[in-house]
Amino acid sequence: MLPRKDLYPGYDVLAKRDGPSWNAKTRAVLDERLGLGPQTRRFFDEAEWSTLTALAERIVPQPADRSDPVPVAALVDDKLASGRQDGYRDAGMPDEREAWRRGLRALDAEARARFGACFHDLNAWAQDELLKLAEAGALTDPAWDGMPSTLFFKHRVLGDVTKAYYAHPTAWNEIGWGGPASPRGYVRMGFDRRDPWEAAEAKPDREAEAFAENLRVGD
Amino acid sequence: MRIPGLGNAADNPQHGTPGDDPEHHPRARDGRAPNVMRIGEWVPMRQHRDEDEVDFAIVGTGAGGGTLACRLAEYGFSVVAFDAGPYFRPLEDFASDESHQSKLYWTDERIVDGENPLQMGSNNSGKAVGGSTVHYAMVALRFRPEWFKARTLMGYGADWPIDWREMWHYYDQVEDDLKISGPVSYPWGPHRRRYHRRAHEVNAAAKVLARGAEAMGIDWTPTPLATISAPRGDAPPCVYRGFCTLGCSTNAKQSVLVTYLPRALKAGAEIRDLAMVGRIETRNGRATGVHYHREGRWRFQRAKNVVVAGYAIETPRLLLMSANQEFPDGLANSSGLVGKNLMVQGNQAVWGVFDEEIRSYKGPPSLAISEHWNYDDEGRGAFAKDFFGGYSYMSQGPLPQLWANTQASARGLWGEALVAEMQRYNHVAGLKVVSEYMPQERNRVTLSDVEDQYGLPVARITYSWCDNDKALNRHALKFLRQALEAAGGREVWDQSDDTCHLNGTARMGHDPRTSVVDADCRSWDIPNLWICDGSVFPTVGGVNPSLTVQAVALRTADRIFATRAT
Repeated sequence: MLPRKDLYPGYDVLAKRDGPSWNAKTRAVLDERLGLGPQTRRFFDEAEWSTLTALAERIVPQPADRSDPVPVAALVDDKLASGRQDGYRDAGMPDEREAWRRGLRALDAEARARFGACFHDLNAWAQDELLKLAEAGALTDPAWDGMPSTLFFKHRVLGDVTKAYYAHPTAWNEIGWGGPASPRGYVRMGFDRRDPWEAAEAKPDREAEAFAENLRVGD
Repeated sequence: MRIPGLGNAADNPQHGTPGDDPEHHPRARDGRAPNVMRIGEWVPMRQHRDEDEVDFAIVGTGAGGGTLACRLAEYGFSVVAFDAGPYFRPLEDFASDESHQSKLYWTDERIVDGENPLQMGSNNSGKAVGGSTVHYAMVALRFRPEWFKARTLMGYGADWPIDWREMWHYYDQVEDDLKISGPVSYPWGPHRRRYHRRAHEVNAAAKVLARGAEAMGIDWTPTPLATISAPRGDAPPCVYRGFCTLGCSTNAKQSVLVTYLPRALKAGAEIRDLAMVGRIETRNGRATGVHYHREGRWRFQRAKNVVVAGYAIETPRLLLMSANQEFPDGLANSSGLVGKNLMVQGNQAVWGVFDEEIRSYKGPPSLAISEHWNYDDEGRGAFAKDFFGGYSYMSQGPLPQLWANTQASARGLWGEALVAEMQRYNHVAGLKVVSEYMPQERNRVTLSDVEDQYGLPVARITYSWCDNDKALNRHALKFLRQALEAAGGREVWDQSDDTCHLNGTARMGHDPRTSVVDADCRSWDIPNLWICDGSVFPTVGGVNPSLTVQAVALRTADRIFATRAT
């Protein structure tokens, strides 16, 4: 595994906000999303929220020095509060809202039973140990109430948390995605071709070049 | 920079109508429907009263229902077409955003089980006027002729009651109606007419497919696509936004929403958006109309004929929900086959990392294709075929949320491993199949005891692979892996859980005992009840089904007209 790095230095997809790659609808949608703060909570209660926040940090960890981290828990909360569903559930699973509440309570119960502390108070190693057990379906505290921990982990945790994080412009910057593209779209389609409004990747020893290019994506 | 006629014009706030919310308030009413090609404009729409006995009530406005509604209206029939979803204006309503655009999908609850439970929602189900064509990948392929006689000629599945040459005639018409962009010559199958627009430029992800195919010694071609490569009326050529499966905000995509439905309205059809049909009424063995929920209440539209076109989950669900004293097992179900033989297609993939920047998010997701394994029945050596059916495979262009979810759910990455792998997004390319799974009666749609927001029973969808499906999966993944590695892919991994498309829960056939509808899509049991969508497929083939659904819809309209009572 290669470590995470600043691969697209200086790239900010939001620099394109007022240009021809963002139509009015896209701006409205992203404005609303960016209005969610780290404490925007409508669906979960305080205990669930603490567990979810800790859980999200293990699924999509963010750099400690990031000044404005992606509010992953708030994005998950927003999905559940607004009632947007995936459109299907395994016969062994309750509906999405119930699955989340029950799953977070169960994770916390497991943490207290095995480590004597709430999930959010555990260190990263212990949290990961619990999540690996959930992934393997090996968690069976009565708090799960028949919901397989593996389905909770795969269908709810992985699905909802990763989609929450990668719905955010900060995550788009990190992976060098072009972002919204209505109506301009793209021109240069082939191998190693980049439009001037796309993120420039830092090649070894040429980070300054990429940085300069990335400051111009909004031009 | 301003581009008139495209989404930028939507910047003008004066076009917004106060209270206009297509997801909660119908737009097609008061004698008008949205002009989807022009911002803020309307087209006149003929309207019928519930008590008027219209010629056709059509349930669903997607590839089947929308196409049929157009042709029937053009024949002069009175038509009301219902859709449970909103009437979107793509130029104004569509954001470049994965999360937001999930509004295009059927996300009402469904329950999945079986040995290989299906992923529904975004993957295969639309809920909008225009149906799944609003978010489809526009891949416009014809069936291989032999597939229409799969049982007789190839030894598996069931025969279609329609001759391939007749289908070829209707494929010509759909390709013309959608102005398909495609290659100068198509490498597989019998001669076909030239495509109406030039093929799209292939992106790097498609060039990866080309490299791999050439290394493996098989043909490939730019994919025939229902997004235009040259202007058409108010629709501009595709600008390679890459959000195709999330809705096209420029109208380059030739969905039913922007092709057949405007024609249908012009010919006098009425479209009712946000209108969920919950039951078909029958009397003395004939359908008399549909009960539908709109604007907060249940209503009943009288009709001389009813067409069900809700795709392969909602169609059998409606037929089963309509059970009554005359038809206690559900409508059109004397064979017991309504809901059975649900067929998805394999959508398995291989993914790898490349030295070059690929940036597969640019352009339609599937710009290159090989249909080799749909036409080579034998194979050789390590790739000798040990299964029935075939597959095509295409290049891919997943956007970040989909890609992250694939890495997490299908590959099991999370934590630092996930965020690090995601940083290679711009260097990834993949090959993904559309493969032919077998019809099996145990794969089926039934009614659960859970209720949805209308108080209707939620569909339970049961799905398991058979041995043939598994053998096909193995062959496809093995071949794709070798092709991707030959193209320069490193660290190749298999995505082995994905499926796509929905077909087969009300199959057509020659015999009322073994099929639900006849070749004309008329139900055997109820002479004025028709089914017109992917549900009628007896087999599913190894290509995307929409072009075939639409060809069958045009044929159905012609047969209805030819056999009408005069």
